[in-house]
Amino acid sequence: MRDRNWLLVAPGVLWLLGLMVVPCLLIFLLAFFERGTYGGIDWNAPTFENLRRAADPLYLTIFWDSARIALLAAVLALLIGYPAAYAISKAQEKYQTALLFLAMLPFWTNYLIRTYAWIVLLNPAGLINTQLMHLGLVKEPLPLLYNEFAVVLGLVYNYTPFVILAVYSSLQRMDPSLPEASRDLGAGAWTTFFRITLPLTAAGVAAGAVFVFVLSIGNFITPDLLGGGKLQMVGNLIYDQFLTARDWPFGATLSGLLIAIMMLLLFAQAVAANRAGGRHA
Amino acid sequence: MPSALRLHLAGTFAFLYLPIIVLMVLSLNKAGLPTAWGGVSFEWYGKLLANDKVLSAARNSFVVAVFATLISTVIGTMLAFGVVRAKPSAARDALLFAPMIIPDIVLAIALLSFFTLIKFKLGLHSIVLAHVVFNIAFVCAVVRARLQSFDWSLVEVSRDLGASASTTFLRVTFPLVLPSIIAAALLAFTLSIDEFIIAYFTAGAGQSSTTLPMQIYAMIRFGVTPEINAMATIIMFVSFLLVLLAQRLNRNRIPGM
Repeated sequence: MRDRNWLLVAPGVLWLLGLMVVPCLLIFLLAFFERGTYGGIDWNAPTFENLRRAADPLYLTIFWDSARIALLAAVLALLIGYPAAYAISKAQEKYQTALLFLAMLPFWTNYLIRTYAWIVLLNPAGLINTQLMHLGLVKEPLPLLYNEFAVVLGLVYNYTPFVILAVYSSLQRMDPSLPEASRDLGAGAWTTFFRITLPLTAAGVAAGAVFVFVLSIGNFITPDLLGGGKLQMVGNLIYDQFLTARDWPFGATLSGLLIAIMMLLLFAQAVAANRAGGRHA
Repeated sequence: MPSALRLHLAGTFAFLYLPIIVLMVLSLNKAGLPTAWGGVSFEWYGKLLANDKVLSAARNSFVVAVFATLISTVIGTMLAFGVVRAKPSAARDALLFAPMIIPDIVLAIALLSFFTLIKFKLGLHSIVLAHVVFNIAFVCAVVRARLQSFDWSLVEVSRDLGASASTTFLRVTFPLVLPSIIAAALLAFTLSIDEFIIAYFTAGAGQSSTTLPMQIYAMIRFGVTPEINAMATIIMFVSFLLVLLAQRLNRNRIPGM
């Protein structure tokens, strides 16, 4: 049995190698060529021009803005998600699975629809503005949509469930006698939380934050629909290079940079998780 | 639970569900717009079901999701069985985790470039090939989690009592793992039918390979309409139903549940 194990693993691994790893390597390769005269790729002249162009302040600003928005989304998702996960872990045992399921359920529905829901709520003639005007709280509709606020809100809305899941599972793995011991020894609730519980669930916090950051920085739908084209993020830039400007090598360069950032963060998170695991094992 | 914590949890659920509930309620609004309530009506659902573009897109999505689910369930389940018995490997785990975390837009353009380079014709079949990539990872994760809590002594007992390896697999292992495999398939189907960006890039041109999310995207860009609310409501109910079913089949073992 054991020696034929590779037969079970081979189809899946080959599929992922052929249709994920090879295409991604192709992206790295494309980055070193230029667009042909009639679109397509000019394979005759390898160049570093794309990388130099990506370092242009125009594009660096977009990368920087995307990172800033992604970081903001990650921090806000943590501020909402951590206490929510903590509350679920403190609920009666029999309700915990149901509560976690409810928290994750929105994630399984269409991302476009979840984002569209916010257009309905935030637009000038939308539910929030009409109600505010109806109540006489504002005279003119507030500019809630097509700005950075809407984009961050959309990202936090879509990704908070991940944070809840990640933090909840790290709370489950924590030895519950440790915070109890802290309380018995006279530490207050807040001291116990910040000195014991939070450090022990650092791996969950890191996993959730990295997840939100990575999914946000490469996001295309949210800035497109809620940013209204006014706000450009790396995802939109890549989209434009492929479908509008038809400069595939430059789009590939930007994607390659995105993959590099992502791998760096995941690596850092894995190292942090290993360290935390080693310390508390 | 302290009441502040309870309040925060209630607030979080309100934040997560209110937008969805608003859409569902508005889909029944005869007046169509959120500014006024015109009474309950199923008018928009009727209009939606008379829209040929929506119907053909829904059919395409269904075909893609069925094929992507069948292929990824078989391959992903095999992979899970292989992986739990193999030596631990960080590289292999990274390979299996990557499809869940890679930005959609990156996988989308990578596949588009790849298909174009090898002159592979785009269409519904290329969307299937692409969707299997991330579905394999999800199916494998769900089935693998089940196998990790599997009581292998049952297999030993079966073998000790004289059953062959294949009989043991068919009569003991497989029936016990089957609910998780079905749950994994339901989730794969949900993910595939909802996926937009990768489909958008690997579909090629033309209405013949437009999927439902692509159609929704086109409609949303056009503006807020009561028809979209109706479609959103139907899609959300279908997704909720599939996921609920998956959860009942596979208690506590689905990543994210």
